[in-house]
Amino acid sequence: MISTLLTDLGYEFAQNALIAGTIAAILGAIVGYFVVIRDSGFAAHALAHIGFAGAAGAAILGLSPLEGMLLLTTGSGVFMGFTGDKVHRRDMAIGVVLSMSLGLGTLFLSFYSGFAGQARAILFGDILGVSDVQIREMTVLALLSLAALACFSRRLLFASTQPRLAEARGLSLQALSIAFMVVLAISVTLASQIVGILLVFTLVIAPPGIALRFCRSFWAGMIASVILGVIGTWAGILLGFITNRPVTFWIPLLFFVLYLLTEGYSRIFLRSER
Amino acid sequence: MSAALLISDLGVSFGETTVLSGVNAEIRAGEFIGVFGPNGAGKTTLMRCLLGTLRPSQGTISIFGQGPVKASREIGYMPQGNVGFESTALSARALVHAAWRGEKWGVPWSTRESRAEVDRVLEITQASTYADRPFSVLSGGERQRVMLAQALLGQPKMLVLDEPLASLDPKNQALLIECIAEVKRAMNATILFVAHDMNPLLHVMDRVFYIAGGGALLGNIDQVVNSESLSHLYKFPIDVVRAHDRVFIVSREGNVTEAACCD
Ligand SMILES: Nc1ncnc2c1ncn2[C@@H]1O[C@H](COP(=O)(O)OP(=O)(O)O)[C@@H](O)[C@H]1O
Ligand SMILES: [Mg+2]
Repeated sequence: MISTLLTDLGYEFAQNALIAGTIAAILGAIVGYFVVIRDSGFAAHALAHIGFAGAAGAAILGLSPLEGMLLLTTGSGVFMGFTGDKVHRRDMAIGVVLSMSLGLGTLFLSFYSGFAGQARAILFGDILGVSDVQIREMTVLALLSLAALACFSRRLLFASTQPRLAEARGLSLQALSIAFMVVLAISVTLASQIVGILLVFTLVIAPPGIALRFCRSFWAGMIASVILGVIGTWAGILLGFITNRPVTFWIPLLFFVLYLLTEGYSRIFLRSER
Repeated sequence: MSAALLISDLGVSFGETTVLSGVNAEIRAGEFIGVFGPNGAGKTTLMRCLLGTLRPSQGTISIFGQGPVKASREIGYMPQGNVGFESTALSARALVHAAWRGEKWGVPWSTRESRAEVDRVLEITQASTYADRPFSVLSGGERQRVMLAQALLGQPKMLVLDEPLASLDPKNQALLIECIAEVKRAMNATILFVAHDMNPLLHVMDRVFYIAGGGALLGNIDQVVNSESLSHLYKFPIDVVRAHDRVFIVSREGNVTEAACCD
């Protein structure tokens, strides 16, 4: 078993899987941290599904699926950002954009029959089929997103934790919301390359969600989130190689178990704090 | 002495409805002003104008000689209502830290300077003992002390406190008021304290800013809180009843507009 693992790791597809998984996990964990403190889980979920329509429609415009996804998710992200920070209004807008995109996706799918295989890869991810070109694309996009986020992360943290106060210090909640949604759209698209649209949640929400249950400072939470994301992804990929079962089964399973443990722990722990 | 806050002919309308009109006030540096008025009178609206998050429909505001947007860094602010954070373990200290120069670009690094400032404000409001606990497990009184602490970041010259007493029991109300009075003595800050009931503040405030019926009245307690002035402001008959050093504001029809306790 171990020897098959070692042989597997000698192959380029296996190395690429680990590299791509690491990039997606790091970006997902960092961006996801803000998703969790901003309560934007629904937006992340929706953006992933919106990407599906983009990928399906890309062929019509002569774009690659990745380009199509990026185009539609960033566009939708900007639109969602415009609705600002009122949760109810925001969720309405997200719901409307989401259903419109899924409708479009269905329409695009009806245009060609050969898309089914590709659609499968988009929905469930294709971590074993990541090419060198894709890795390069992912690296560039991830670095761009992180650089952008680094520029406004201080403002974003302030506005996310205390919007009324941030407004009073002259920050535009709407501009921050739009900027963040664009970064989120890119991250979600990258993560969906690895785990597929259906499971983006596991890379964007699970690691920071777990970290925020027990980390009390911003940096502890951020670092824990990245470590959890990367370890979970690696473990999932390796388990996939060993068992020959889908990686997109193992990664969510690991985070599910971790989540249950954290939930149990923090219940006992937080209660005794009073 | 120059005015800390100068409001002239201020008016605020939301579409057709006029919330405030013809509001004038001159507040000196170092004054403790109690801001009162019934629900929906426009207290929060006025505070938002001072903070520059709401542009008045007419009139001007000058804070230490500057317009509200420029003066915003001179103001420490405690917004009305609660912060969320029920589901995370983020500590009170982390929340305060996020507010320290939170309007700057870049990454929210934790530096020696930032940690020292956060320690300082938590110390002043005596919130240090529980500052490392998750904010979500703190009691109402403890949370308000943390929110007060963050209003003190950067040593602002003016504090705008929007209903900090809401949802506190009388004992915690008294503790928080004591703490704020202490802060005022130490920093000589100008304080605008919005509250529903004026009784807990009678012994600490210098003057009263009463908002009702679209207008406002600023003056000493005796000048403002009497039947004649308030009836004029409310535009209907109001009785002011004093008993055992407490003030009760009652509409003449018998509906209590502002009771001593219990909202
Ligand atoms: N953004 C807004 N749009 C329309 N009406 C508003 C807005 N903000 C406040 N109001 C109205 O202004 C009035 C005063 O509100 P507010 O200042 O919050 O009262 P309070 O004195 O209780 O703090 C209320 O009738 C409220 O409905
Ligand atoms: Mg109010």
